[in-house]
Amino acid sequence: MNEFKISFRESGKIHVMELKGYLDAHTAPNLEEAFQKLVNAKKFNILVNCKDLAYISSAGLGVFMAFIEDIRTSGGDIKMSNMTPKVYNIFDLLGFPMLYEIFSDEHEAVKKFDAKKQSSK
Amino acid sequence: MTNRSKQKTTTLNLRIPSQTEKLSLAREFVADAAKVFGFEEDDVHNIALAVDEACTNIIKHAYNYATDKEIEIVVSMNSPEFEILIEDKGKHFNPQGVVMPEMKEYLSHYKKGGLGMYLMKKLVDKVEYSIQPRKNVVRLIKYLH
Repeated sequence: MNEFKISFRESGKIHVMELKGYLDAHTAPNLEEAFQKLVNAKKFNILVNCKDLAYISSAGLGVFMAFIEDIRTSGGDIKMSNMTPKVYNIFDLLGFPMLYEIFSDEHEAVKKFDAKKQSSK
Repeated sequence: MTNRSKQKTTTLNLRIPSQTEKLSLAREFVADAAKVFGFEEDDVHNIALAVDEACTNIIKHAYNYATDKEIEIVVSMNSPEFEILIEDKGKHFNPQGVVMPEMKEYLSHYKKGGLGMYLMKKLVDKVEYSIQPRKNVVRLIKYLH
């Protein structure tokens, strides 16, 4: 069976989720639970690092869709970084880059979150 | 008889239980066949993803998450055509009833369902649905260019 793992860490006030492995209809509920935990804890600035994400199907893409509205309404955002070309291509086929900011590197995404915080002060 | 129909078709098949944890088996089975057929890595990935989406739809909609049913996957290889039939004996699916989303508008409303069918059409060259006696069949075709 293809595995899927999520690990969490903090980068300043940004909550980073690192995805590893295969995100499909079997493993998408784990990601849903992870987002729900962050939202319940009012952690709305979420950066998803996809460096080790080998695979994503529409079930995984649907999880991002399910949370983005609530998170933005609460003043936060979901940004993504470090996607492999294969995974980026699937996001791109569905037009996700119009809706989500996707960065090649995690530091750029963190900077963007920080810039937003500065401008809203 | 045309020359093409004289060519040898290789057929492989796999049956999996209607369980999401078995999706990886379906992907690996189809990916292995696609590699042998001569597809590049990106196409192999796209074919496996299209099959994953078809199986996921069956588990969700035809079998409504019942885990004791079966999905049969039949791969027929006759160059340049790589055909995959994905068959179930669950609830009939009417693709006419599904309106393909216009993605820009769709995304702006933050909907989360219905992405799978759209993705399948983008990943392979043909997607066809048919209702046959006692079974539903999704037919995917990808051509080796």
